[in-house]
Amino acid sequence: MKREEQISRNLDWVTVLIYILCVVAGWLNIYAAIYNPEHPIWIFDDGFFDTNSGKQLIWIGTTVLLIIAILVIDHRFYDTFAFPIYGFFLFMLLAVLVVGTEVKGSHSWFRIGSFQLQPAEFSKMATCLALAKYLSTPLTNLSRFKDQLNVAIIIAIPPILILASNETGVALVFASFLILLYREGLPGMYPAIFLAVVTLFILSLIFEEWQIYIGLAVVSALVVWAMPRYERKTKNILAILGVAFCMGLFVTGVDWAINNVLKEHQRNRIRVLVDPDFDRKKTGYNVRQAKIAIGSGGLLGKGYLQGTQTKFDFVPEQSTDFIFCTVGEEFGFAGSLTVVGLFIGLMLRLIYLADRQKSRFARVYGYGVVSIIFFHFLVNIGMTIGLMPVIGIPLPFFSYGGSSLWSFSILLFIFLKLDAHRSQMLSRW
Amino acid sequence: MDEIRKRFIQGFIILIAILYIGRLFYLQVIDETYKLDAQNNAIRKIVQVPFRGLIYDRNKKLIVYNTPVYDLYITPKKAHVQDTLKFCRLFDITRSEFDSLTHLARIYSPVRPSLFLRQLSKEEYARVQDAMVDYPGFSFQISSLRTYQSKGMANALGYVGEISPERLLKEQEKGNEYYRQGDYVGVTGLERFYEDELRGQRGEKYVMVNSRGVEKGPFKNGEFDREPVAGKNLISSVDIALQDFADSLMQHKVGSVVAIEPSSGEILAMVSAPTYDPSKLSGRTFSKYFQTLNLDPLHPLINRPPSAYYRPGSTFKLIQALIGLQLGVISPSTGFGHAGVPMKCHCGGTSSSIQLGIKNSCNPYFYNVFKRIIYNNKEQNLFKKSAVGLQRWNDMASKFGIGQELGIDLPNETKGKLPSVEYYDKVYKGPLRWKFSNIYSVGIGEGEIVINPLKMANVAAIIANRGWYVRPHLVKGINEAGNIDNKYKEHISVGIDRRHFEPVIEGMVGAVNAGTVAAEARLSDIQICGKTGTSQNKHGQDHAIFIAFAPRENPKIAIAVFIENAGFGGTHSAPIASLCIEKYLKGKVERKAMETRWMNKSYLANVLSAKSASAKPNKEVKATVEKDSTIEDYQLRNLKEELFKLDQANKPKAPIFKIPMQPQAVLPKNQKIVPKKTH
Repeated sequence: MKREEQISRNLDWVTVLIYILCVVAGWLNIYAAIYNPEHPIWIFDDGFFDTNSGKQLIWIGTTVLLIIAILVIDHRFYDTFAFPIYGFFLFMLLAVLVVGTEVKGSHSWFRIGSFQLQPAEFSKMATCLALAKYLSTPLTNLSRFKDQLNVAIIIAIPPILILASNETGVALVFASFLILLYREGLPGMYPAIFLAVVTLFILSLIFEEWQIYIGLAVVSALVVWAMPRYERKTKNILAILGVAFCMGLFVTGVDWAINNVLKEHQRNRIRVLVDPDFDRKKTGYNVRQAKIAIGSGGLLGKGYLQGTQTKFDFVPEQSTDFIFCTVGEEFGFAGSLTVVGLFIGLMLRLIYLADRQKSRFARVYGYGVVSIIFFHFLVNIGMTIGLMPVIGIPLPFFSYGGSSLWSFSILLFIFLKLDAHRSQMLSRW
Repeated sequence: MDEIRKRFIQGFIILIAILYIGRLFYLQVIDETYKLDAQNNAIRKIVQVPFRGLIYDRNKKLIVYNTPVYDLYITPKKAHVQDTLKFCRLFDITRSEFDSLTHLARIYSPVRPSLFLRQLSKEEYARVQDAMVDYPGFSFQISSLRTYQSKGMANALGYVGEISPERLLKEQEKGNEYYRQGDYVGVTGLERFYEDELRGQRGEKYVMVNSRGVEKGPFKNGEFDREPVAGKNLISSVDIALQDFADSLMQHKVGSVVAIEPSSGEILAMVSAPTYDPSKLSGRTFSKYFQTLNLDPLHPLINRPPSAYYRPGSTFKLIQALIGLQLGVISPSTGFGHAGVPMKCHCGGTSSSIQLGIKNSCNPYFYNVFKRIIYNNKEQNLFKKSAVGLQRWNDMASKFGIGQELGIDLPNETKGKLPSVEYYDKVYKGPLRWKFSNIYSVGIGEGEIVINPLKMANVAAIIANRGWYVRPHLVKGINEAGNIDNKYKEHISVGIDRRHFEPVIEGMVGAVNAGTVAAEARLSDIQICGKTGTSQNKHGQDHAIFIAFAPRENPKIAIAVFIENAGFGGTHSAPIASLCIEKYLKGKVERKAMETRWMNKSYLANVLSAKSASAKPNKEVKATVEKDSTIEDYQLRNLKEELFKLDQANKPKAPIFKIPMQPQAVLPKNQKIVPKKTH
């Protein structure tokens, strides 16, 4: 009894409130996305629980049970069992390759009755715990190569297994741990290289190779020219030229990779990003319809259940990956602003919470949660408004799907549980 | 350092958020194109074709209406035809037609219905109804087909057809944005003239469709929908019984009958022979039937009464007499002999009064009348005299509508031609180079005067009214009788005093009772006042013309009958006019034998021989025959030929120009047309 009182007092209710708002808004939008004006189906109707919104209601119910379980379990459990949990999910990722079911080309689902679970979703949380555990070991230092390597191995194993089950989108999420690592002392060069790579990658899509070569040459010349006279040594100039040369090589590599390594549909998804009119019927269709749905919402939207694009199935995958279109169409700019606001509020709140942790484990874990949510937010909303390529990952708490809702809730509430007990946790720093 | 990195991460997140919010603001609030795209996606406008207005005759008999027909639609995805052969037999189509139709439908959309067969009649529909349960994916949609009760009025009523690209463009240039590709419009006749009234206002229904194009109910509960407004009904002035009767009299003949109620200007009948079956132009048979009609050498698609060209012949003498009397250059008792007149006559000597001049249609008499009209003025110089006189005459004859548009409510009314001073100045290459002796053939309605049957019927109405007319019109009311443009109510005076009409009418009575008109055209109990005319033409036999009104006092009907290449007007046209008058005034025809005889009489041989005589087999002829393929060409060519020929006839020293088509019709140089025989 005492413990429960403690929890309700120490739980960060701001985060919980944002969480509840997201889940409720998410469910309302799923209901709208599958709403059929000719056969409106309400909670008490037969067959309701066969629809996505009905199933989601069941998932929400079970999520509440999960949350209670997480809050009841001793907070030391997560610290202690971080590696076993990580190991368990690695095993699951392997197992799914053998006994899993294939859904839409991805062999990453366990089927239990009429429900399906995707271990890949949960492996994010497990990796997050494992990272926190590793980094909270005394004397780890991310500027040391050995630690960098170990961390890289911890992060890299799950996405490799996930890629093997043909679920590229989820695998990409692991790149988000770069934020966590940066916060925990990884030399700034790594994220800088990462950003440079991404920038060059996008540039190489937009421009021809030779244009980029010329650009690189001009930029390096400018840098040399702008250098203070005393810095203008042969060594420095050579270094700059070397960097420029590497960038040029990279661009060539990107072109080669796009044309030879990527699969047709992946290549098209990237092309659509640069050229919105490309292939309107097929690959471009999703992006175009998503933009139409959101763009037609206007300032205040068409009203709940009134979105024509939503009701009449113009946007594919609308209750899952493209759920944001429903928000944009039926609630307009006001709605989108609110949802973006909720996510920003959540992430900033989580950063605040993470930074007040006394234990490094909890802090690292907190930043891991922020990293994952941020990546989902960035990619999911970005792709619906044409700023990101179409990568099939859900919008946390909003998208339809049990695995997604469960895994995000577990992810979040483990952190809230740790936070509630922050005063009892000894810093092992 | 931790603090900086934390700030850096927060900043990055906020930066992305601002970027996304900006993008969303642009997409949702600033850029309007997506709203349009969304509408195009999900909202479909369905046009509801309004019910086209009906047309009644003057006795409220329905003559044009809409018959429900059934269009067969196919939804390829749902369609399963197990026994294709049976299906083809049921709908009377071939296997290859079936294949291409289903193929086209599938290309259009597998899930949306597309048109398979057009306009199945009620009977066909009933026949296939039972069998349709075996063919899922096929559905019927009701639409309407314009139906014409009377075959005899095809040209005046016109027909309805899909709008042509040229017309669409023309309407849009005029600023009329109503029409869309595929709309049905009145193409000719009343259907065209009263298009705006008849068509109504199309309705619009907005429905929502899903991503596969399947309808999903009204958009915003039908807030933007507009019900179609049915077209207005027309009440025609035509007496359909008289129309049909006149039409049957005109079978086997080429020509026109126009009957007008003099007191109102309402057209009682307007026959253009040969006619065609307008129903065949409004249905599935259109393209086939239209080709046939268009290539018919007798040109059934021309509405002859307001559009054809003829010379008035002797019927024009009535106008000459009236002008002469009004000018005071003759009196009712003025007489003229034949001496010194370059015209032949059969009347046998002197006509001692205007009455006898008209009765006998005496050419020398009217030669003299015209001479006085032209020369009776104060100018000394003969050339100046002629110019002044012709101008005065032209002004007065114009008031009868000669060379003018009467303003009938039909498209394609022709002006005809009334020679003016400018015209002769041009022909003779300068003013004061011509005098009466160059133009006298005009005096008896030959030469450069060109009229159409409608004008001459109107002349009969003017004389019946003793000096005025109402613009002839075919519609006496829109929705209700009397609801028409005021221009069809106005009395127009022709500027001739009432007292001058009696001697002329006396002459017309004489012509019917004891003059140029065949005896069988007389009616024992009704006095017909008429004038014959025999219009010379280049095509062969003369055109027979007769204009008349009856009864003498308080006239109820004025009529003009034109029969091409028939011969004397008194012999060939007057009996038909007489039968029509009897039919209209008595409601029935008692002279059954005569009726049958005239219905069976054929002048087609004359017309066709005239045609074939003119078609000499040489290269130029071929070219012209090919050019003959449209109505406009035909009319234009005819007009050009006529005027060209007239010009040629009047050019004193013009070289003879061989018109390839009618070489024999070219008149000798430097000479006018001299009537051979005129009655």
